[in-house]
Amino acid sequence: MSKTADSMNNKSGTSKRLYVSDISCAGCVDTIETALKSVPGVDEVQVNFADRSVVVSGDVPVDILIQAISKSGYTASIAEDKTDSERENKDLAHYKELLKKTVIAGIISLAIVAVTMLGLLPEITSFKGQVSWGIVSLLALFVLTYAGGRFFVGALKSFKNHNANMDTLIAIGTGVAWVYSSFVVIFPDAVSEIARHVYFDTATLIITFINLGSALEMRARGKTSEAIKRLIGLQPKTARVLREGSEVDIPIEQVQMDDIVRVRPGEKIPVDGELTEGSSHVDESMLTGEPVPVSKKVGDEVVGGSVNKSGSFLFKATRIGEDTALSQIIEMVRKAQNAKPEIGRLADKVSSIFVPTVLIIAVLTMLAWFNFGPSPQLTYMLVTTMAVLIIACPCALGLATPISVMVGVGKAAEYGVLIRRGDALQQSGEISTVVLDKTGTITEGKPVVTALEPTSSWSEEKLLMIAASVETNSEHPLAEAVVEASKEKNVELKSIESFEAVSGHGVRAVYQQKTVLLGNRKLMQDSGVKLGSLLEMSEKLSKMGQTVIFVSVDGEAAGLLGISDPIKVDSKEAIKRLQDLGIKVVMLTGDNRATAQTVAGLVGVDDFIAEVLPQDKADQITKLQEKGEKVAMVGDGINDAPALAGSDVGFAVGTGTDVAIESADITLMRGSLHGVADAIAISKATLRNIKENLVGAFGYNSLAIPIAAGILFPFTGLLLNPIIAGAAMALSSLTVVTNANRLRWFKP
Amino acid sequence: MEIIINLTGLVLIAFIVWWFWIFKNRSEARVEGSVLDIVVDSGIYEPSVIHAKAGESVTLRFIRKDSNPCAEKVLFSGLDISADLVVGTPYDLTFTPEKKGEYEFTCQMAMYRGKLIVE
Repeated sequence: MSKTADSMNNKSGTSKRLYVSDISCAGCVDTIETALKSVPGVDEVQVNFADRSVVVSGDVPVDILIQAISKSGYTASIAEDKTDSERENKDLAHYKELLKKTVIAGIISLAIVAVTMLGLLPEITSFKGQVSWGIVSLLALFVLTYAGGRFFVGALKSFKNHNANMDTLIAIGTGVAWVYSSFVVIFPDAVSEIARHVYFDTATLIITFINLGSALEMRARGKTSEAIKRLIGLQPKTARVLREGSEVDIPIEQVQMDDIVRVRPGEKIPVDGELTEGSSHVDESMLTGEPVPVSKKVGDEVVGGSVNKSGSFLFKATRIGEDTALSQIIEMVRKAQNAKPEIGRLADKVSSIFVPTVLIIAVLTMLAWFNFGPSPQLTYMLVTTMAVLIIACPCALGLATPISVMVGVGKAAEYGVLIRRGDALQQSGEISTVVLDKTGTITEGKPVVTALEPTSSWSEEKLLMIAASVETNSEHPLAEAVVEASKEKNVELKSIESFEAVSGHGVRAVYQQKTVLLGNRKLMQDSGVKLGSLLEMSEKLSKMGQTVIFVSVDGEAAGLLGISDPIKVDSKEAIKRLQDLGIKVVMLTGDNRATAQTVAGLVGVDDFIAEVLPQDKADQITKLQEKGEKVAMVGDGINDAPALAGSDVGFAVGTGTDVAIESADITLMRGSLHGVADAIAISKATLRNIKENLVGAFGYNSLAIPIAAGILFPFTGLLLNPIIAGAAMALSSLTVVTNANRLRWFKP
Repeated sequence: MEIIINLTGLVLIAFIVWWFWIFKNRSEARVEGSVLDIVVDSGIYEPSVIHAKAGESVTLRFIRKDSNPCAEKVLFSGLDISADLVVGTPYDLTFTPEKKGEYEFTCQMAMYRGKLIVE
C-alpha cells in the first residue's frame, strides 16, 4: 500500500517503505544497508531483495533517505502499491512501446508496399535492381528485428524447450518470407522467372498488424480488470488516529489494532472496527451492493472502504491490513478471476497441441501444392504456407474462457456477489432448482413473540417467565425471541436446575423440581402431554405463518407461544426473478407444515419441504440431486453448512463483512435474495459469453486454416493473401477480448 | 527431385511430432529447502518441471521478464492456486501440496506450460 510523502515527513519513530528499482544482486543489499545506516537518526534498515523494497525505521525525512540511496548509486522512490499501480505503469509503458513499434513498422511497410506495387525499383535481375532490392531487404530485416524481434527470440527459446507457441508461427511465417525473398534478390537466376517474386511487404505488414493487434488487445484486456481496480481504489490512503490525545493523519499501513480512529462526514472509513462514539449513516454500497445507507450507532461494526455520509464518529480498529473485509474481498475476487471453469478445459487441451499441429498442416499444405498445384509451384507453396502459419490463432482459443471469467467475476463483485470457487460460476449458470432456507434467508431471521396463550390455570406473565427462564440457556434463534419478549415486559427470570436440548424438537428443563418441556407438538405427544384446546389455537397460528412452541409443566399443558419471523420485504420479488430465469424455487424449513405452507404461499415458492431437522437438510438436497436437478442451496452458512457443501452451488446469504464462509461457493454480502438472482443471471450471461468466444475461436481456426491452405482454390481459384491472414489473426483475438468486455454492460 | 522434396516434408513432420510431443527432456529442478526461482520469459518457464515433496511447504519465486500480457498470470489449476505477476517484481508463491501427483501450471491461455511433480 502506498504512503504519502508529507505524512511520512512529519512523523517520528515510524517506518518508511522505499522502492529501489535497480537492486539487482545480493551485493546491492549490503551497499544500501550501509548507506542508510550511516544516516543519523536511522534505527533499523531492512532490504527486501525480492520486491526491491527497503523499510527504514527512525526519525529521518524520506527525502534524506532517498538522497542517501542515490549517493550509493541506486535510484529510490517512495514505495507505491507494488502489484497494482506499478503493474499499471508497466502495462502502459508496454502499450506505448507496442504503438511506437506499430507506427515505425507501419511507415516502413507502406514505403515497401509502395515501391513494390508501383514498380519504382529496377528489375531484380540487373545489378542496380539487386542493390535497390537489397536495401529493401535490409529495411524489412530492420522491421522484423525491431518490431518483431520478440517473436523470433520467443520462438527460439520455446523451441529449445520443446515447446511451440504463437511466436513460433509468426516467426516461421515472416522469417520464411524474408529468407526466400532475400535469396531471390541475391540469386535471381536460381528461381524461374514466373516465381521470381519478393515478399518483403508481406512480412513487414504482418508484423505491423500483429503489433497493432497486440496493442489494442492489451488496452481491451486492461478494461477487463476494472472491477478489481475499483475495489482497490476504495481503500483510503490515510487514517486520522487519536495519538496521545490529539488527532493525527497517518498512512493506513500504520494503523494498529485497537487504535481509535476519527471519521468525518464524507470521508471513507479506513479500516474495519467498532463504533465507540457518535453515530452516522454509512454508504456500504460499493462493498455489499446494498443501495440504502446503513445507520450506525455505538457498538455497530463499520467496514473499511465504505463512506461516512452524515455524522462524525470515532471507532476502534478491529481488523487491519490484510485482515480487513475489503482486503479479503479483493483477494477472493482476484483468485476467482484466475480460476478456470470446466468449460474451458477442452480449449486448453486443444491449445496445448495447437501449434505443432498447425506446423504439420503447413508442411502438408506445402507438399500438396508441390505435388498437385499448378505452376509456379514454388510461389503457391510459399504463399499458402505463410498464410496457414499466420492465420492460425491459438490466442483467441486460449483467451476465450479466462477473459470472460475475469469480467464476469468482477461484475458479480459489483453486485456484492463474491465467488469463492472457480467452477461455481459455471455451476450456477446451469442451476435448475434453488433451495432456500426459510429462517434468515427468506425471512429476516429475527423472530419475535407475537402470541401468548396460557391455559386456564396459568397467567400470561407466568407462562412467559417460565418459558424465558428456560430459553435463556438456549442459543436457538427462537429462544432469543422468547428472552427478548420477557425483557420487554420486564418479567424477572428465575434460575433453573437443569437444561437439555432435544434436537429438532425443543428443550427439557427442571425448574423447582418440576419437569418443564418447551417445544413442538411432537415433543408434547411423545411425552404424553394432553394439549386439548391449545391444538386448535396452534393450528390457527400456524396458518398465519407463526411458529408455535408449547409449554408443559410436570406433564400438564401450560400454554403456547406464537413466534413469527417477518419476511424480508424483497423476498417475493427476488423469488419471482429466479422463476423468470426458469428456475424452480423450493423452501426448506424446520417449521410444521401449516406454518411452512403459509410462508410459502406468501412468497410464492414453487414447492416447500417442512419439518426438516437441521441435520437432515443435506439429505433433502441429495434427494433433489438424485432426481436429476442441479441444486443451489441458499442459507446463512452457519447451521446449514453440510447442506451448502452438499449442493452443486452453495450460497451464503447476508454475510455482511464476514466473507470467508468456508462451506459456501458464493457469498452474498447483502441480505437480500436478489443477490441469488443477480449471481445466477451474471453466471448465465458469463457462460453464454464464454460459449460465444469458444464457438468463435474454434470456428475461426477451423474455417480460416483450410481456406489459407487453399482448399477453395480448385473450385473458385481463390487464394488468401498472407497479409489478409495477418490482419485476420490480429482481429480474432481482439474480437474475443471485445466480446468479453460486452459483459461489463450487462445488467442482471 | 520430387522424391527428395516429399521425403524432406515427411521427415519434417516426423521431426515436429518427435520434438514437440514425444521428446521429454525439459529443464527440471527440485525444490530443496528454500526458494526456487522460476524465470518467466519468451514464452517459457525456466525451469519448467519442478519436483516437490508432498506435505512440505514450497516457495516458488516467479520472476517475470516478459512484458507480453500472456505472462501476467500463473495458474495451478489442479491446486486452485494462482498469482498475478509484475514484470521485474519477483512473486513468492508459497504453498503446501498435500496430494501426490502431477500438476500443470500454465499462463491464462495455457501457452506457457510447466509441471509440478509432487512425490
